[in-house]
Amino acid sequence: MPGLGTSFGRGAATGYQQDLQNSDCILIMGSNMAEAHPVGFRFPIKARERGAKLIHVDPHFTRTSAMCSQYVPIRAGSDIAFLGGLINYVLENERWFREYVLAYTNAATLVSDQFVDTDELDGLFGGFDAAKRDYDPERKGWHYQDEPSTPKTQTPPEIKVESFSERLGFIQNPQPPSDPSLADPRCVMNILRSHYKRYTPEMVASICGCTQQEFLEVAEAVCQNSGRERTTAIVYAVGWTQHSTGVQIIRAAGILQLLLGNMGRPGGGIMAMRGHASIQGSTDVPTLYDLLPGYIPQPAAIRNHNSLREYLEQEQVPHGYWANFHKFMVSLLKAWYGTAATAENEWGYQWVPRIDDNYSQLPTFMRMADGKVKGLFLFGQNPAGGAPNAGINRKALRNLDWLVVRDWFEIESACFWYKGPEHPDPGTVKTEVFFIPAAASSEKQGSFTNTQRLLQWHDKAIDPPQDCRSDLWFVYHLGKRLKQLYAGSKELRDQGLLNLTWNYEYRQPEILPGGARSRIHGEPDAERVLREINGYTVADGKLVSGFSDLKEDGSTACGCWIYSGVFPEEGRNRARQRKRTPGNLTEPEWGFAWPHNRRMLYNRASADPEGNPWSDRKKYIWWDEKLRKWTGLDEPDFEPDKPPSYRPPPGSTGMASIAGDSPFIMKPDGKGWLYAPAGTKDGPLPTHYEPVESPVRNLLYSQQENPMVERYGDLMNPIADLLDPRYPVVATTARLTEHYLSGPMSRFNSWLNELQPEMFIELSPELAAERNIQHGSWMVAWNCRAAIEGKAMVTRRLRPLTVDGRTLHQIAIPFHWGFAGETVGSIANDLTSVVADPNVSMHEAKAFTCEVRAGRLEDTRTDPPLPMAAWPTRERAPDTPDSNQPEGQVL
Amino acid sequence: MSLFRHTLRTNSMGRSPERAVENQPFSPPSVAKGSRLRGAEVTASVCPYCAVGCGQLIYTKGGRIIDIEGNPDSPINEGTLCPKGANTFQLAENPHRIQKVLYRAPYSHRWEEKPLDWAMDRIAEKLKNTRDADFVEKKDDTVLNHVTTIASLGGATMDNEENYLIKKLFNGGLGIVAIENQARI
Repeated sequence: MPGLGTSFGRGAATGYQQDLQNSDCILIMGSNMAEAHPVGFRFPIKARERGAKLIHVDPHFTRTSAMCSQYVPIRAGSDIAFLGGLINYVLENERWFREYVLAYTNAATLVSDQFVDTDELDGLFGGFDAAKRDYDPERKGWHYQDEPSTPKTQTPPEIKVESFSERLGFIQNPQPPSDPSLADPRCVMNILRSHYKRYTPEMVASICGCTQQEFLEVAEAVCQNSGRERTTAIVYAVGWTQHSTGVQIIRAAGILQLLLGNMGRPGGGIMAMRGHASIQGSTDVPTLYDLLPGYIPQPAAIRNHNSLREYLEQEQVPHGYWANFHKFMVSLLKAWYGTAATAENEWGYQWVPRIDDNYSQLPTFMRMADGKVKGLFLFGQNPAGGAPNAGINRKALRNLDWLVVRDWFEIESACFWYKGPEHPDPGTVKTEVFFIPAAASSEKQGSFTNTQRLLQWHDKAIDPPQDCRSDLWFVYHLGKRLKQLYAGSKELRDQGLLNLTWNYEYRQPEILPGGARSRIHGEPDAERVLREINGYTVADGKLVSGFSDLKEDGSTACGCWIYSGVFPEEGRNRARQRKRTPGNLTEPEWGFAWPHNRRMLYNRASADPEGNPWSDRKKYIWWDEKLRKWTGLDEPDFEPDKPPSYRPPPGSTGMASIAGDSPFIMKPDGKGWLYAPAGTKDGPLPTHYEPVESPVRNLLYSQQENPMVERYGDLMNPIADLLDPRYPVVATTARLTEHYLSGPMSRFNSWLNELQPEMFIELSPELAAERNIQHGSWMVAWNCRAAIEGKAMVTRRLRPLTVDGRTLHQIAIPFHWGFAGETVGSIANDLTSVVADPNVSMHEAKAFTCEVRAGRLEDTRTDPPLPMAAWPTRERAPDTPDSNQPEGQVL
Repeated sequence: MSLFRHTLRTNSMGRSPERAVENQPFSPPSVAKGSRLRGAEVTASVCPYCAVGCGQLIYTKGGRIIDIEGNPDSPINEGTLCPKGANTFQLAENPHRIQKVLYRAPYSHRWEEKPLDWAMDRIAEKLKNTRDADFVEKKDDTVLNHVTTIASLGGATMDNEENYLIKKLFNGGLGIVAIENQARI
């Protein structure tokens, strides 16, 4: 999450869900929390019961809006205009938290004279190279004063992933020139003022389609509820991330929260609501192409990464906590390659593959559709229904040589060869498909990392049935077989595999609750994997107590340094801790939060520069002068004994270069970044661009869309023309509480299908009247990529907006349906396109264009749904007398 | 009997054998009635749907799951679950669930059931053949040591330990680079 990482240092939600009840105001935007995260939503409701104001800003009136004090409708894709308006309001009316901003942000830092803002260049920053569609590092001048104009490494434009030091912001001087009086026109504060001065309430209303009054009410609420005594929180989800400007939307929220002084404080922060049980975990311990565990960059052939020494020289950042980077990298290599990793062979560094291109999901599936990928493993993901422009993804699957599907049910991505809107002839599909049935979460043990960075262990209740197996079993046994197949090979390319440490089986036979022995042969012990993730001393296998124990000399091994401390000693799996701490909302003994069990990040900022709480009402951690340490309700996200008065001596590096009043320890200057000299490819400040498909001109600049947007597959992935008259309606995808993603975990489940049985499309009564669409009857939505159908849900939850003086209609399409399962229906993602944010290759599903009409598709052939399952089975509960059998069952 | 019990349900609070003896209007079967969860093994778990992270309790008897409820001890959900969380039971106990390995040969019109070991061997072989054919050690003078014709997708619904092994084996062992999951930003 570079949006948060660039602003604060770590790409993760900054607080914990329970803390939302401490908020005085919660701005929910880009999230339908009540619908998508209903149980987490009880904390905003608790805040409301205590008098907090809840605000929902969204294109679509939802269950969340219904529970808020204020709802503001906006046009899908206009979020930066709205947030930029709030930033402008805070600055124009001098409502920013002066002491906080001056001490904890880079407001006073001076920016290079070379920098030219969008204000002067009509929507582009200085140094844009139109031919390369990238900012020229020599000319862009985004850096702080007295820094070199080019960063240490520079990624060529065709490669989307930045180097580590680019992403983090490599600066040579951790105390850059600044002007605390804020008089210098080159200081960040003045650049911010001029950048956002055109985001006036009038302009916000014109672009977003809300009224000025609605906007001003929100602006007043967040200002009145911020400061020493009060805090405002912001909640977002994929309603912000799935845009071609997603990273910059989140950056804009970061700027607002820094200006209002809400970061690192109780009831403040930015709560990123993630969608999957362990989606945070799967970026921390990444199944991602550009990262090694713990946000260590994957070595890249496009940079000078030929040797470990060169890799470390390139990537290491001298100031702040990341100065320890080399210890984490060497410990990771030791965890992977064990005794074969030696100082002489660079700890096995040469066995780690290099990336030379963008291998993220979207470009990989475009290559697959072109026949350039032969084999694919799917682990609980369903691109045939869930990926943008899903039709291309189905085509991609039909172009594979072989495919392994790990799932519970015959999902779309398993039956694509004989089902689907294309009605494929199996005789023409070459793909060899292996469906290896998976274990349910109740049938295996392991840890999930939830949206607040909290690792929670789930115990195993029973064995999975028949041939169903955990993914741990599958990967482990696949690895064992491959090691056998390659045994004896002397090829350099096979040495990584042969040297991989690979021994995770139970030391004692696995015993199930109730005392029976597991019947699964060779199930790996997930705790052994977690121990490796935690780290140990190589010589004696003793677990390390945390990442500060890790060494660069090969004496420690650690699979993911940020999780180090989760298993600090024998018998103590902290993810498995389930102890409540009455009176402490942080619940330090329930699960384990990375890093180091800190529940709120950057919490040094909850105290003033001298170390005292900003107010009694909002106290959290503070400096205890008597004990000479930080103390309070949480683990300090700071060196525990570094006094507020500490000032780094000249020339200091690592944590020694972070002052005692600098809460953002992962940033080289210790400051929250209002202005990002590095870390975001498309500009140091968020700027409003229209979605790639938009029926509206950019009213702020002549630059229409994000100048660096990623586009793929011209022919397979057509995009509507600018202001295309064929597609005047704005569409956004949406979620329902009763369904989950593209349906693999809900459309095979009769209880949920009974609650939400049918695909529908929501539209306003006005649009329905214009197109003669009746509520409850069939309707079609189409664009240049596909056409889908559904029942019309004519509702006031969507309303026409007045944008730039004319009426604009929006529709909302739930994306949960497909052609497998007990309920079938059109796939919303057949309409979405493969265009993406330039920072992270995230697609734009939350704003695109289409047209609607009454009626059905021409081809009304659909795949038959599975029969609805009985409730839930007609079998008796085992070992239970008749009198205790459930109601409704035949005794 | 069943009908009789239902007519009494609204009055059945606080029933006990003693009160039945005292001529209270409860039939002996009503008095004997109890929760099927009584005597079950209870296992602490976490909801596998969204990232809120609700705690769950799994009730098992005789090697079968008989119920999954919210864990009242969890500070996150304090015993509550949403409709999806409450449905976790149906992810495991479900007639649509596939419990045998299914195999579809190229151009075939049908699935075939296959032994797990056969499938694991064949997948390992396919993986090795593709890797051996397409592995790239160097481009010009730059080390690559990777293979780009094999991809892996998924991970956000799975355990950290499982993600760790996927990345370790596929990337650190085999040189596969196109490893991705639902998370991007």
